[in-house]
Amino acid sequence: MQSKYDVLVIGGGPGGAMAGKAVAEAGLSCCIVEKRPAIGAPVRCAEGVGNEISELVDLDPKWISSKIEGAQLIAPDGQVLELNPEMAGNEVGYVLDRKIFDRDLVWKAANAGCDVFVKSRASGAIIKDGKVCGATIEHGGETFDVYADVVIAADGVESKFARWCGINTTVPMAEIETCVQYLMTNIDIDPGLNAFYLGREVAPEGYIWIFSKGDRTANVGIGISGKMCKDGKRPKDYLDAFIAEHLPNGKIIELIVGGVSACKPLECTVADGLIIVGDAARLSDPITGGGIINAMYTGKLAGEVAAESIAAGDCSKKTLIKYDTEWRNSKMGKALKRNYQVKEIFIKLKDEKLNSIVSSVNKLDMEIFDTKYLIRELVKYNPWLLKDIGTLKRLLD
Amino acid sequence: MLVIKREVCGYCGACVSVCPKGALELVDAYLTVDPDTCTECGICSGICPLGALEVKNAE
Ligand SMILES: Cc1cc2nc3c(=O)[nH]c(=O)nc-3n(C[C@H](O)[C@H](O)[C@H](O)COP(=O)(O)OP(=O)(O)OC[C@H]3O[C@@H](n4cnc5c(N)ncnc54)[C@H](O)[C@@H]3O)c2cc1C
Ligand code: SF4
Ligand code: SF4
Repeated sequence: MQSKYDVLVIGGGPGGAMAGKAVAEAGLSCCIVEKRPAIGAPVRCAEGVGNEISELVDLDPKWISSKIEGAQLIAPDGQVLELNPEMAGNEVGYVLDRKIFDRDLVWKAANAGCDVFVKSRASGAIIKDGKVCGATIEHGGETFDVYADVVIAADGVESKFARWCGINTTVPMAEIETCVQYLMTNIDIDPGLNAFYLGREVAPEGYIWIFSKGDRTANVGIGISGKMCKDGKRPKDYLDAFIAEHLPNGKIIELIVGGVSACKPLECTVADGLIIVGDAARLSDPITGGGIINAMYTGKLAGEVAAESIAAGDCSKKTLIKYDTEWRNSKMGKALKRNYQVKEIFIKLKDEKLNSIVSSVNKLDMEIFDTKYLIRELVKYNPWLLKDIGTLKRLLD
Repeated sequence: MLVIKREVCGYCGACVSVCPKGALELVDAYLTVDPDTCTECGICSGICPLGALEVKNAE
């Protein structure tokens, strides 16, 4: 490990890997430090991604557990809404094998020339005259001061680095989805479909997912709002009850837990000498909880902006702000803003209202799937939606 | 004081992100709490997916 790099990346998830690769490809020196002993393990993810992942990397077949052609939304009363590829949008794509995928992304960064150190933990920030200048790294029983022109914080949901730099990254209790997931085998599933079970009874302010990992195998998990989580009503309690009812013969071969932020992104994702990406910047989708692609996109952008700023000889917040502005104006930034507001409307819905929406969508002519038609028909069957419809329409247009 | 039940904790870091004081951290697959910073507010124990945290009054 050198004592000075052009860019130091904290965290070897998809965000950190893409950042390291972009910096190295720009011909600058870069180092990724990852505190865990292995990249990509344990997984802490349901591994679903939309087709747009191929805009960021060339997909390698060995990363893919399942190709997903459609989705099913299951209403609280058991009605099923089938979403075909045109309608399912982001829900169509792939279920990855992140143990292999995450490792290969870091591999790509290393091949581009980036240094990588595992079991290397950032334990503090080096700050001089208000500018982030590097990090203290614990590696192999020793502590090193590693300096860099730009530090990219890609340290995920448990992010501490930005906090050490004086930025409040606390996720409000009501806006964390607290999750448990089993990898299950011996279950009857359609390997080309992902299923989402909705409703306060099954998963208050969240959902249960069954994401196919191939024949008779799936990630079966749940996320519920932090404010609904209490003794006797923890995510594991809801998930175990669901499995006893729906998948009683399934065998559990892996258990993971995790948190997903469903809050607004950090108010500003740069500071002097610092860029924050992916989950650390609270960029997972407030409705679905998906964050892999957002982390990859912002990681890549952060690497590019860091390289440009170093070339221009100015790594102050004023220059790095280009990163913040660009992702906010991007398709991803706009979707995050819209989905936060849509989430605020949907989490208030009672189960009967969800049933009624699913039932009326089932009555729609699926050939005409434009927003105006959707809203007009939804209001016809659910006049109570009028209260929120102005907002919804604005958000969907 | 905040008690971490290591046999229950899944080391996911969800609690780390909600602690308003930054008192929790995942170090070497162990969750650690800085007792000087922790205010025993209980937010972290509320959200733990497995119920691995408990605020207990000192004896
Ligand atoms: C149960 C669950 C299900 C999910 N399902 C999906 C899904 O289906 N689809 C989807 O798109 N997203 C999903 N997500 C979200 C997705 O996992 C994240 O959005 C994504 O991993 C974010 O990538 P990242 O690079 O920002 O952070 P991470 O992948 O979390 O990587 C951060 C890395 O930083 C390391 N690190 C942390 N602190 C330090 C430190 N001090 N020093 C060194 N290294 C450090 C961590 O060990 C970690 O490896 C899910 C999350 C959970 C919890
Ligand atoms: S939220 Fe619970 S399981 Fe996750 S790290 Fe904290 S104590 Fe452990
Ligand atoms: S009890 Fe409150 S202050 Fe203490 S670690 Fe938990 S959330 Fe942080």
